[in-house]
Amino acid sequence: MKITRFLKTILMIDFIGGLLMAVKELFKPKKTINYPFEKGKISPRYRGEHALRRYPNGEERCIACKLCEAVCPAQAITIESSQRADGSRKTTRYDIDMMKCIYCGLCEESCPVDAIVQGPNFEFSTETREELYYTKDKLLDNGDRWENILAANIKSDNPYR
Amino acid sequence: MELINLIFQEIYKILFLLVPVLVSVAMIVWLDRRVWAFVQKRQGPNVVGPFGLLQSLADALKYIFKEIIIPASSNKIIFILAPIITMTLALIAWAVIPFSETQVLADINVGILYIFAVSSLGVYGIIMGGWASNSKYPFLGSIRSAAQMVSYEVSIGIIIINVLLCVGSLNLNEIVIAQKNMWFVIPLFPMFVIFFISALAETNRPPFDLPEAEAELVAGYQTEYSGMMYAMFWLGEYANILLMCALGSVLFLGGWLSPIDLYPFNLVPGAIWLIFKILLLFFLFALVKAIVPRYRYDQLMRLGWKIFLPLSLIYVVLTASYLFYFNLLPIAK
Repeated sequence: MKITRFLKTILMIDFIGGLLMAVKELFKPKKTINYPFEKGKISPRYRGEHALRRYPNGEERCIACKLCEAVCPAQAITIESSQRADGSRKTTRYDIDMMKCIYCGLCEESCPVDAIVQGPNFEFSTETREELYYTKDKLLDNGDRWENILAANIKSDNPYR
Repeated sequence: MELINLIFQEIYKILFLLVPVLVSVAMIVWLDRRVWAFVQKRQGPNVVGPFGLLQSLADALKYIFKEIIIPASSNKIIFILAPIITMTLALIAWAVIPFSETQVLADINVGILYIFAVSSLGVYGIIMGGWASNSKYPFLGSIRSAAQMVSYEVSIGIIIINVLLCVGSLNLNEIVIAQKNMWFVIPLFPMFVIFFISALAETNRPPFDLPEAEAELVAGYQTEYSGMMYAMFWLGEYANILLMCALGSVLFLGGWLSPIDLYPFNLVPGAIWLIFKILLLFFLFALVKAIVPRYRYDQLMRLGWKIFLPLSLIYVVLTASYLFYFNLLPIAK
């Protein structure tokens, strides 16, 4: 036993085995991806940047029930509402402080009309804090921009909810 | 007038060696990082330039434009001198490396002794840096580094004696020519292995990168350095690694000789062969970095003094008696 160990040390068997292993690994495909040029797959449930959706006829979905505001654990959402001329209740103000938000997804789950959703976008970093105070306009704009993907995601995730 | 001409001629010759060495140092850093990443199945630097080849250039630019911070309590002159000495010493040793029978900057008859002297001086840059920083981590790092380099230089010296016994000359070109029939890596294979490991220790490469063991010493003797001064340490380190690879290929792998003395291989210039061998050795350096954990300090000292030194001494006796018994001792010219 001792002699085999001595020979192993002198002939550096383990070290050479390690070297061969390293050379073998050298030619295997890489596990990491070229991030800005290629991106990893994202689940339809991914909780990224928020968006406010509209109905196909252009009407806002949000009915100002304020459930999201109530459920938000970080109290990142601020809503003010009033009655519109046609008698429907709509938000006049819908702000999300993206720095307070903990991206838990409770707003999306509490929403009865699927108005506030969290989309697949995670690349919305900014250079100033002010840009991260999202207003209603910004959120609606997000909703318009991502609508196709958001609708598809909600549809594909529906059976599991 | 003639003197000025001569001086300019020499400067051109020096630049002709120095610029390729510095460029290849930058490239070798890229290669090192890339090999390291590939073994770990990462991509490595691949964005700046084709395949990320210009990454080192980008890093160098970054270092140039960074602020140089000199600690208030440091010994300023020595602090500034240390990286300069490290880099200069790493570069001047290249003067005697032969790229072919005629392409050598200084074909001096004690070339190997010169390299040995210069590389032992290399410790001074590190000690000065560590001492002048006047801070605990650099100091501990430099002590370790000095002890490590001194102990492994002893075994490298004795390994070189092995080669010199077979050659009978200290001139690097003659060492290469003496390997015309057989590279010394074959008869002196154990010495080659020990030389390789000692070279790892001598250049503070893993698994012997104790002086800059992040977990305990932050960055060793480089802790207080920033900007261009840090980059110079870094350049010097890699130039030293390249030098050790060059020395290894000159001593054991036949320097600029082609591996087979046959028709298509003869035509390739010697410099290409030498560069190829240096790259091969450096590739091994990079692979070793990727696969080994760091040695403990006492293990490092034990390996140097209690294993490598006696082994290489025994091999000197073996080589000498073999050469003497078979009457193969080279006759002094």
